[in-house]
Amino acid sequence: MRNLQTTSVAPVAKDMPLAGKIPVVSPLARVKDLNVQFRSRDATVHAVNGVSFDLMPRDVLCIIGESGSGKSVTMKSMMRLLPPKKTVMTGEIEVNGHKVLDLSERQIRHLRGAEISMIFQEPMTALDPVYTIGRQITEAIRAHEPVTTSEARRRALELLELVRIPSAVSRLDAYPHELSGGLRQRAMIAVALSCKPKLLLADEPTTALDATVQIQVLVLLRQLQDELGMGVIFVTHDIGVAAQIADKIAVMYAGEIVEFGSARDVLVNPAHPYTRAMLASTVHGQARDADLPVIPGDPADLRRLVAGCRFAPRCGVSKSLCLERAPSLVGVAAHHDAACHLINSLT
Amino acid sequence: MIGYIIKRMLYIIPVCLGVTAVCFALMYLAPGDPAQALLPPDATPEDAAYLLRLYGFDQPVWVQYGRWVLRAASGDLGVSLQSQRPVFREVMSALGNTAVLSAGAVLLAFVLAFILGTVAAYNIGSRIDQASTTLSITGVSVPNYWLGIVLVIVFAVELGWLPAAGMGSAGSDSFSLTDWAQLRYAILPIITMSVLPLGIIMRSVRASVAEALGQESIQLLRAKGLPPYAILTHAVKNAFPQILAVMGLQFGFLVGGSILVETIFNWPGTGFLLGKAILTRDVPLLQGTILVLSISFVIINLVVDVLQSIFDPRVRRT
Ligand SMILES: Nc1ncnc2c1ncn2[C@@H]1O[C@H](COP(=O)(O)OP(=O)(O)OP(=O)(O)O)[C@@H](O)[C@H]1O
Ligand SMILES: [Mg+2]
Repeated sequence: MRNLQTTSVAPVAKDMPLAGKIPVVSPLARVKDLNVQFRSRDATVHAVNGVSFDLMPRDVLCIIGESGSGKSVTMKSMMRLLPPKKTVMTGEIEVNGHKVLDLSERQIRHLRGAEISMIFQEPMTALDPVYTIGRQITEAIRAHEPVTTSEARRRALELLELVRIPSAVSRLDAYPHELSGGLRQRAMIAVALSCKPKLLLADEPTTALDATVQIQVLVLLRQLQDELGMGVIFVTHDIGVAAQIADKIAVMYAGEIVEFGSARDVLVNPAHPYTRAMLASTVHGQARDADLPVIPGDPADLRRLVAGCRFAPRCGVSKSLCLERAPSLVGVAAHHDAACHLINSLT
Repeated sequence: MIGYIIKRMLYIIPVCLGVTAVCFALMYLAPGDPAQALLPPDATPEDAAYLLRLYGFDQPVWVQYGRWVLRAASGDLGVSLQSQRPVFREVMSALGNTAVLSAGAVLLAFVLAFILGTVAAYNIGSRIDQASTTLSITGVSVPNYWLGIVLVIVFAVELGWLPAAGMGSAGSDSFSLTDWAQLRYAILPIITMSVLPLGIIMRSVRASVAEALGQESIQLLRAKGLPPYAILTHAVKNAFPQILAVMGLQFGFLVGGSILVETIFNWPGTGFLLGKAILTRDVPLLQGTILVLSISFVIINLVVDVLQSIFDPRVRRT
């Protein structure tokens, strides 16, 4: 695995005329104060509440957090895949220089699949059962590039080889149900990579796979990320997976990022009580690939957000201050932030 | 694929045997003695015995059944008691006439239902959706004989645009789909018969396309950056096998003919023939008609299954 510290520094920096000064690399993706609400007649669900983060080129950011914490919604808003009629999004999302929330429907379509791609958890349901694998790849290529059918097919074959699908030629004309789970997930990765995206969003891409297959797919993703120089945002329930693949980790709770830092910092020196609670049971002898342990208490009600820290009702160390005022992200160490009033008093 | 089709065809053999058994049993289920209906009131017992022998009614049941099946397999369904013409010819000509109506009705229903249902599914809850749902409920609930009469009154009697009944001067033997002078006669009955399948197919198109649009695979298509029409194409292709099944079933029902509609329009189809056979207690005609209709139904189902396996790769597993 690559050195965690060097990932966000561009190698060209040394050759620039300003060499010697601090190298400035602009982020591949920048999310600023993102809020996402789902409005329906009887309730408003506050799924994402003031999320901000930067993703540097070639970085792998893992988002972890319990079910319903807004991980998928954050990812889908980066591609604007949420149902427009009932979704209200505010804030700023910038990917590769494009202001995602300001684009027209047509413009965002040109980004999707070309500059930003997404892979989903369940390849069986995400791939179209009545189209061949080859067709599903060529279709993605031809949506963005004016290539001939045979050229697209040649590229599809290359992609299947890129994701190490054995006897790729015959798989081009196979239907999804004819492949095993692991191959299917590789095929979906091939679809996502068909136009060599700059940013890959992976929403629990290995959760539905067997443990051994899971490792293989994970290793493959990491290799591809390196080969193609993609930025990756990777959602997972699994701290073991996060430890393997992440450069940075964002911990989400109730639609907020409560802790953000390099993978090493967050996993070794967790600052937020929620992160600690999650890690605690994992460290004490749980299988590495087990799901996040369940923390006592109910998840926050996203229809009625409480004042103060949203984790306070379930927090073992909360004070009265925590119920009154919401904490914001503050630095725990260099490039390591957490949103908790008690960071300094916890050790 | 070929294996699947062959296997599917082998399945029809037991079904056909079952059908023949039921058709044959009809003769015994019908009250009264079939020979009795043919005899004049003053016939002697000798006359009756002669007739029984003539039609083979004096043989053991299984011999009668065996003979009947063998003859039926060679296209000999006996002779109509009333018209004295071969049942097979009568049934086939009626089937041809009904096929004109039912194919026309299913095609019309399918095209309309497909467009309206897809548009409705793509815009669930919109005005268009509500309007097409209303149309579909109307189609399912309006009795078609009533609609037939209304259409005749409006378009034949009042406006005089289309003929009210019959098959035109050429009659049923040389009905030509390409000849407008004859095709005119089919228009009102086709519309009348299309309303019920229109409602049913539209509901099924709307439901299955909407279901396909809600699937996770649609998310991936959007994430690939496909334009809306390409996404809709995927949804329709996913829904198509299901729509095809509903359509095949409706076509099968229509081929059975509608006694009421064919009577209103005086259209010599299978429904018409069936009604005649029942009313005149013409047992060979009844048997033959039911047998041919049942086998047509079985064949339509076979064709639908094969088509389904072409459109849905998941069905092809043998
Ligand atoms: N389309 C939608 N309409 C309404 N509410 C939604 C929609 N999508 C997500 N939500 C709600 O937003 C909240 C966050 O959901 P999200 O899918 O982001 O959770 P998650 O962190 O990905 O959870 P999981 O780990 O289970 O995938 C949940 O309460 C969910 O019910
Ligand atoms: Mg999720």
